[in-house]
Amino acid sequence: MYKKKDLLGLKDMAAEEIIGILDHAKGMKEAFVEGRQLNSLSGKCVTTLFYENSTRTRNSFETAARFLGARTMSVAVATSSVQKGESLIDTGKTLDALRTDAIVIRHSMAGAPDLLAANVRASVINAGDGMNEHPTQSLLDLYTMREKFGSIKGLKVVFVGDVKHSRVARSNIWALTKLGAETVVVAPYTLIPKGIEELGCEVLCDIEEALIGANVVMGLRIQRERQKAGLFPSIAEYNAEFGITSERLYGICENAIVMHPGPVNRGVELTSEVADSGNSVINEQVTNGVAVRMAVMDMLVGGR
Amino acid sequence: MSSILIKNGTLVDTSEVKADVYIEGGRIARVGNCSDIEADTVIDASGKFVMPGLVDMHCHLREPGFEHKETIDTGARSAVMGGFTSIACMPNTDPVIDNTALVRYVTMRGAESGYARVYPIACITKGMKGEELTEMAALKRAGAVAFSDDGRPVSDSGVMRNALEYAKTFNMLIIDHAEDKAISGDGVVNEGANATIAGLRGINRAAEEIMIARDIILAESLGAKVHIAHVSTAGGVELIREAKERNVKVTCETCPHYFSATDEEILSYNTNAKINPPLREQSDCDAIIDGIRDGTIDVIATDHAPHSADEKNREFDLAPFGTVGFETALSLAYTYLVDSGNIDMSRLVKLMSHNPAKLLGLPVVYMKPGAMADLVIFDPAREWTVKASALSGKGKNCLYDGWMLKGKVTGTIVGGEIKCLEGMV
Repeated sequence: MYKKKDLLGLKDMAAEEIIGILDHAKGMKEAFVEGRQLNSLSGKCVTTLFYENSTRTRNSFETAARFLGARTMSVAVATSSVQKGESLIDTGKTLDALRTDAIVIRHSMAGAPDLLAANVRASVINAGDGMNEHPTQSLLDLYTMREKFGSIKGLKVVFVGDVKHSRVARSNIWALTKLGAETVVVAPYTLIPKGIEELGCEVLCDIEEALIGANVVMGLRIQRERQKAGLFPSIAEYNAEFGITSERLYGICENAIVMHPGPVNRGVELTSEVADSGNSVINEQVTNGVAVRMAVMDMLVGGR
Repeated sequence: MSSILIKNGTLVDTSEVKADVYIEGGRIARVGNCSDIEADTVIDASGKFVMPGLVDMHCHLREPGFEHKETIDTGARSAVMGGFTSIACMPNTDPVIDNTALVRYVTMRGAESGYARVYPIACITKGMKGEELTEMAALKRAGAVAFSDDGRPVSDSGVMRNALEYAKTFNMLIIDHAEDKAISGDGVVNEGANATIAGLRGINRAAEEIMIARDIILAESLGAKVHIAHVSTAGGVELIREAKERNVKVTCETCPHYFSATDEEILSYNTNAKINPPLREQSDCDAIIDGIRDGTIDVIATDHAPHSADEKNREFDLAPFGTVGFETALSLAYTYLVDSGNIDMSRLVKLMSHNPAKLLGLPVVYMKPGAMADLVIFDPAREWTVKASALSGKGKNCLYDGWMLKGKVTGTIVGGEIKCLEGMV
């Protein structure tokens, strides 16, 4: 059972703790898909504090919190006193004073959740910090893989796309390595961070080689700003060299599942054909996201 | 001015010898057995080193403009606590030190404070914009001891070329902050596995090495001298070593954090480990120590960079670069260089007193009669734990908070006056 105050990332989490959360999420998913309201967080308050835009993750957390019976509060940073220059620590202390039990934070800067957690009484859940981690996204990915394959151990998981700026890739590589999966990242070298192999993954720059024997193919979002920053010359060239196409998928690893943290750029990371195919589990990922977030909040806040 | 007798210490300059030192009228009056002398103050230095006061050629005192971080007075006080008797402060204040009035202001504030001697380094370019040269001759006459746009590189190689040549006219030193901004970009830590693990943007070592190479090439082709500030990479050391073999007039400094700490410190998002150039890897620390051993590195400077607690206690990306350094520098150098057997005390005196004094044209202190009595007493046997909150300067942003170090300054004398003794200023 996960017993810490906060969920900041998976890099320092033990394999048993990860499995514990995934096991707990099973019951949560049943309740969620059956529409059965739970009350383990009744009387509790969960606050979302998002310094970056996100509809999917924020709604997923709020849905999960309400399903557990919690009140939710949402700090819209664009209209809050953060715009008047309030520091993260002061914002956190204000939320503490409002008696919030958990703060779900998304921030463009790595380490911001750690800073918040060190300064507030509430449990802090990292919903994505810069290029560092996005632990609940990884947990839902792991949950989805486990549901499809029964076990994570021995799977080959291939990440294709902007690994350099991806917190999803980092959290997943930390967790998958601990759980005994093989991980491979594929991208042009301008989108691969230095030393990533020290996290336990293999680095390749040929997608067709990488896909051989893959069980899971995960596309990572390619932001158009990266092209403007000169990291690759054009979307067309990216898609030609690194796009997940039906030819590549069916020609090389036809039984692999296709995942994406969303939102998908159709025609960039994946073709529409692949995104809408039977191999795609992108919509199941969204449902599982609510389940794992319910599990995390139940474990962090439910017992407090 | 009262007289001081320091008894039973081990004197260090170019060699080590056990002797008493008698100080009178601001100068060393006698060296040797002084048991016949009665002094106003007698200090027993048994088991301690008595050596020339340290000279820091790279620190930030933040005044004028950033007095909430540090003032010339608090900085100079922190300096004497660390054994520094002369400190040269960088001009990246607000306004920047690019005219004679400001050079005189810094000098005056230093004299008023009366701790370490304070010498201003003036800007290379007006407004520190990297475009037009400052009035170097006038600045020199006003008291500037060197020129630097520290904190920023002189990006335009043409401007740097002119700066090196023009400064040569007046035999003045240009100190360059070597950083190619097009490569370092908005990076905050060393680019490598630890940056990737922490999810922080990296600064590739090439950013520093390209500019070091450029400065060496310019100095070589112009026959001018150049001093490279805060060298942090193995490649940088190698470039300077090769240039020195070709008799290029290049000198350089490193800082204690580049031989005692690595970028593992940033894994916990400790903003006091956010320093520019960034903390590198163990192989770089080893190369820096090799460079110190073989004389490639001329100087150990602090790059004392104070900031307020509020500025550092925030998101890593938003925190300013720098750690304070005056009060830990000598202990770190002793622990990591002398106690570990890499260099002896005479070499340490060279690196932290004689060489920087020579580069800045300041008096060089030998433990001989007639010498200016700028001295430090250092107890090598004392082990202590750094406590950031107990430091004397205003900035408490200390990378070394909680570290156990060997050797401690127990007394500092500037111009024959005791500025601190056994930790009391």
